[in-house]
Parts: sequence; structure tokens; C-alpha cells
Amino acid sequence: MNWTETLHTAWSAVRSHALRSLLTVLGILIGIAAVILTVGLGLGTQKDVASQIDSLGSNLLIVSPGSSTDSSGMRGGFGTATTLTLADAEALGSETSAPDIAAVAPEKTTSLALEANDTNWTTSVTGTTASWVDVRARELEVGSFFDEEDVASAARVVVLGSETATELFGRTNVVGQTVEIDGTPFEVVGVLASAGSDSSSNLDDIAVAPISTVANVLVGGTSASSVSTIYLQAASADQLAAAYQEAQAVLLNLHGITDADSADFSISSQEALVETATSIYQTLTILLTGIAALSLLVGGIGVMNIMLVSVTERTREIGLRKALGAPPWAIRRQFLTEAAILGLGGGILGALLGALGTLVLPALIGSSVVLSGAAVAGALGVSIAIGIVFGVYPATRAARLAPIDALRTE
Amino acid sequence: MSPSREAAEVVIELSGVRKVYRTGSIEFEALRGVDLDIRRGEYVAIMGPSGSGKSTLMNVLGCLDVVTSGTYRLAGSDVGDLDEAELARIRNREIGFVFQGFNLLPGLSAWRNVELPLIYAGVPKDERRERAAVALERVGLGDKLDNRPGELSGGQQQRVAVARALVGEPTMILADEPTGNLDSVSTVDVLNLFEELHAAGRTIVLITHESEVAEHAERVVRVRDGLIQTSEAVAA
Ligand SMILES: Nc1ncnc2c1ncn2[C@@H]1O[C@H](COP(=O)(O)OP(=O)(O)OP(=O)(O)O)[C@@H](O)[C@H]1O
Ligand SMILES: [Mg+2]
Repeated sequence: MNWTETLHTAWSAVRSHALRSLLTVLGILIGIAAVILTVGLGLGTQKDVASQIDSLGSNLLIVSPGSSTDSSGMRGGFGTATTLTLADAEALGSETSAPDIAAVAPEKTTSLALEANDTNWTTSVTGTTASWVDVRARELEVGSFFDEEDVASAARVVVLGSETATELFGRTNVVGQTVEIDGTPFEVVGVLASAGSDSSSNLDDIAVAPISTVANVLVGGTSASSVSTIYLQAASADQLAAAYQEAQAVLLNLHGITDADSADFSISSQEALVETATSIYQTLTILLTGIAALSLLVGGIGVMNIMLVSVTERTREIGLRKALGAPPWAIRRQFLTEAAILGLGGGILGALLGALGTLVLPALIGSSVVLSGAAVAGALGVSIAIGIVFGVYPATRAARLAPIDALRTE
Repeated sequence: MSPSREAAEVVIELSGVRKVYRTGSIEFEALRGVDLDIRRGEYVAIMGPSGSGKSTLMNVLGCLDVVTSGTYRLAGSDVGDLDEAELARIRNREIGFVFQGFNLLPGLSAWRNVELPLIYAGVPKDERRERAAVALERVGLGDKLDNRPGELSGGQQQRVAVARALVGEPTMILADEPTGNLDSVSTVDVLNLFEELHAAGRTIVLITHESEVAEHAERVVRVRDGLIQTSEAVAA
């Protein structure tokens, strides 16, 4: 008996009880769908985290004002305390006390009205240094970023986000144009390429100017020297931990604090971001893995049950086939194939349901879900294996039937 | 037919065969010490009253059932020593069995039923269909290839069962009342067929109630209460 024959016979057996077969594979179907969603969610979360990290820049540490004990992440204490200053940023840039920190970009952010050609637009104006564009991993669409000299001379130049440029001018090719920020004219020297938005802000609606200009011309007063955030870039991923230590030491020293626990600033890394992102993912994964394992087990038992029914129903047929010369292995293979087809059928339907889920789920949980070809292939393999594993006992029972006893049953 | 047949080797050799059926605590001895030799190419009819153990004997001969005690030697080897795979091969290649109750698969058409032994003999599909069609034609059912058993009369079903026994060209045909459901015309057809197979050197053992049928055989074995009563050559 060759394979085509075996497959054909098995398929007609499955098809002749279409509804029963469908109900049998329900468990496997749900299990496989859950497996595909679990893997999809894992990959989706990785993708989300990667793009979020990309939007920030690589090997970053983020220093925020406020105590580290109110650890609500990177934005902890933002806007409430003004404990970080330009002096802090300068100290962190020191080669000697912080050799593992490659670049420093303080940000002083304030919301102001911009005006160009009678068009008004309020956006977040960020004062920073020339290294900002590298640290935050941004690209220029047109023009160039301001340089060290502009910062030193507090030049009235500004780089606009692509959305801000479009809102003010209706286009992005606006280098050389003048925009009034809070009444002071600035020259547009560049426009940033679009970077989308991260979880907390629109990265394309922004106006970036030298921090000296923002401090003295736009803000002034007592808060002139305070900054909202300091971005630090470690020289490499390996030096991130060292950079963290150095930054902490420098700032504690500068602020005259001896106990790290009572620090008036907090330093977070991208790891913190990854952790928040993966925590949702982990809860869902545990849930889905549980569903998958249980469903696959129940599905396997369902297959075994229905195969035992099938063997009992077809006892006479098995007896006859054996009487006509079917060797035990042919009978066993016949029923194993049938079980494998049931498993695979459940797997295929489950994969379809899973694929559907990867389309629907992102809308419900706000996280990407990636349909992975490897997961689908693996899931189909698993479903066949389940069919076979749970088919072994019924198939062996069928193969062992004595022909004449089998023929005698009614 | 030819005198040389007298010298042909014994292919079926039963000695002291007993078969005990157990139904719960009740034991029933259906064969009570049967000795029987059948030579290659012989045509033997088995007769006896209902319940005398004819079918039981036939199942033993067809390697479908195992004896409780005694030995069954088939072509020289003790059947009790063979494993399942070897038994399967013998059932497939050496024996064509016609069951008393036909035993056709209801879901398969006539030719699909007939081809079953060929499937396990590893015959390719096209050849199977062709040989199944030829076998069905030989039993007069050339026009019923695609009918399922439910669409055939009892006699036609019995002839499908005969065709299935022939199709693998086994050396032995074991037929349990192959003419039980046939009218006189079909009976003659089937008997002519057996005659042909016999002439071609096949060993034929058939069970029958009808003495007209038994007359076609070379020898008649009479069974009663699980024992062989007489075994005598049929007068030519
Ligand atoms: N599986 C079984 N369990 C118990 N007893 C059985 C079994 N099969 C047959 N018998 C008994 O063995 C005896 C012989 O049965 P068998 O079928 O061989 O008779 P038979 O000669 O073929 O009869 P018939 O001419 O009616 O077909 C009967 O008394 C029957 O009741
Ligand atoms: Mg009988």
C-alpha cells in the first residue's frame, strides 16, 4: 500500500465525517491560533521596542530632574523640579570625569507661539546643543543643524520639524526663511526629516534652537539655566553601564548629595523602556501560552478519542483488510495518517484564525503583532505531531485486531 | 484430472486440530480433533449440517483464526510459528477467501472492493483497476464495476466476493458457501469458473449444502459435530 493510497483512504475517512472531524480538531485549532498569536505578539513587541529605541537614538541614558524614587519612568518629575542645569550638562561632557560618555545633549523645552507670514503655530521649542542631532539620531531633510559656534554666540537660528514647517509655510523647503518665536525673529537653517511619534510626543512638530538662545532670549529670568532633560550617549553599548556610573557620580558630586537614594535627579536607560514594553507582552504571553498548551492537550485527547471511535466503528473493515492481506504496519499507518490529517487540519484552521488575530489584535491592545512564517510552519509541524502522538494508541489497537474477531463484530 | 495429481505434495495438513470458543465461562469445542490432508491442485467440497464447524474449519485453513491445539502445516511450514507479517503475506498471495457473509465494504464500489487484495500486494493503480474489471467480468458483473454493494442483489454481491478472491491469482481458493445466494444459472457460472481454476492447477476448497455443487469436486469431506466423518472421492 503506497502513500497516495494511504493518504487518499485517510482523507476520505476524515471527510466522510466532516462535522465530527471539525469538532475534533477544535482544540488543536484554538491551540495553534494561540501559539501563532503568542509568537506574533513577542515579535511585535520587539519591533515596537526597537522602533521606540530608534526614535530616541542608540546607547542612550536619559537624565531627568526629580527624585529617582518617584520612578514613573523616563519622564519622572518632568516639569515639576528644575534641579538640572546647564552646568550639569557641561560637567557631564567632561572627558576626565566622564570618559565613557561620548556626547551630551541637554534639552530645555518650552511651549511657544511661532509666526511666519501671518501664520501662527504653537509648538514645543527645544533648546539644545549641536550634538543633539546625533544623540537623538535625527536626520536633516534640508539645510543643516546649527553648530557649536551658533550655541556659543547664542545665534538666532532654528531647525524646524517637518510638520512644523508645513504648518507654518505649507512646505518643508524653507531654509533661509524667517520665523518669529515669541516675537523674536529666527532664521530657519534646516528642517528635520520625519521620525514619526513616540509614545509621549510628536517628533515632527518641534522647533530646535541653540540652548543659549532659548535660555537667554526666550526664557530668561531665574529658570534660564535650568534644563528639562539631559540626553547622554555612551561611546558604545558596552560602556553604557560605566557611563551610567559616571553620570551619577558627577551629578551627585555637583549637587552636593552623598546618598544616591536621595538624589534630586534620575537616570534611566532604554532598558527601562524595554521593561515597560515587555511587561504587557509577558502577561499576555503567559495567558496565551497557557491557552495554547491546554488547547493542544485537549485537542490531542480529542483526536485520540475520535480515532478510538473510528477504530471501533471500522473494526469489521479492519478485519476484512487484514483477512485480505493487509499487514499490521499498513493498518497502523492508515490510522496514524488519519490522525495526522486531523492534526494538520486543525493546524491549518488554527493558523488561519491566528493570522486573522494578528490583524485584529493590534487594534485591541495597541501593540504590534507580527505574523511569522516560521511560527506558522512550526505550528503546522506541531499539529501534525500531536495528531500522530495521540494517534499511536488507537492505530496500534487497530493493527493488533485479530482478523476473525474483527470480522465477527457487528 | 491427470494421474500425476495423485502424487502432488500435500499443501494443507491438519493434525489433531481442536478449536474451543469461549463465551464468558461457557466453552464450546467447535473442532474436536480434525485430521485432514489436501494436496496441491485438489478440488475439495466440505459438507455437513449447520453448526457442525465447517466455517470454523475454513477460517483455520485461511489463516484467519488460530487453533486451540493441534497443528496446521501450510505448504510445509507450521502456521502457528508464523508472525503477523508472514500471515498477512500468505492471506494476500496464497489464499483467496470467499466469506459466508460476503464481507464487502459498503462504501466502496464493486471494483474498489475487488482491488483490495491487490493494494496490499503492491500492484500499481492502473493495473489494479484493469485486473479488478477482468475479475468482475469473469463472474458476469462487467457492467456493475461502479456499483456499491448496496446497489447490488445478494447474488451479485456474492459474485463480487468471488471476484475479489480470484483477483490476486492465489494458489488456493477457500470458499464458504459461494453459491448459497445464487440462482441455478449463476451457480453454474461460478462452478464453471472454479472448474477453470481447478484445471489451471489451483487448489479449491468449498463449503456447500447442496450435493449438486459438491458433485463438481474431486473429493467430499463430511463434517459432523466438529469431527470429520468421511472423506471420499467423488465418482467421476
Ligand atoms: N465466535 C464464536 N463463539 C462461540 N461459538 C462459536 C463462535 N463461532 C462459531 N461458534 C459455534 O461453533 C459451531 C460451529 O460454527 P460454524 O460457524 O463453524 O458452523 P458451520 O458449520 O459453518 O454452520 P453453517 O452451515 O450454519 O454456516 C457452532 O455451534 C457455533 O455456534
Ligand atoms: Mg458456516
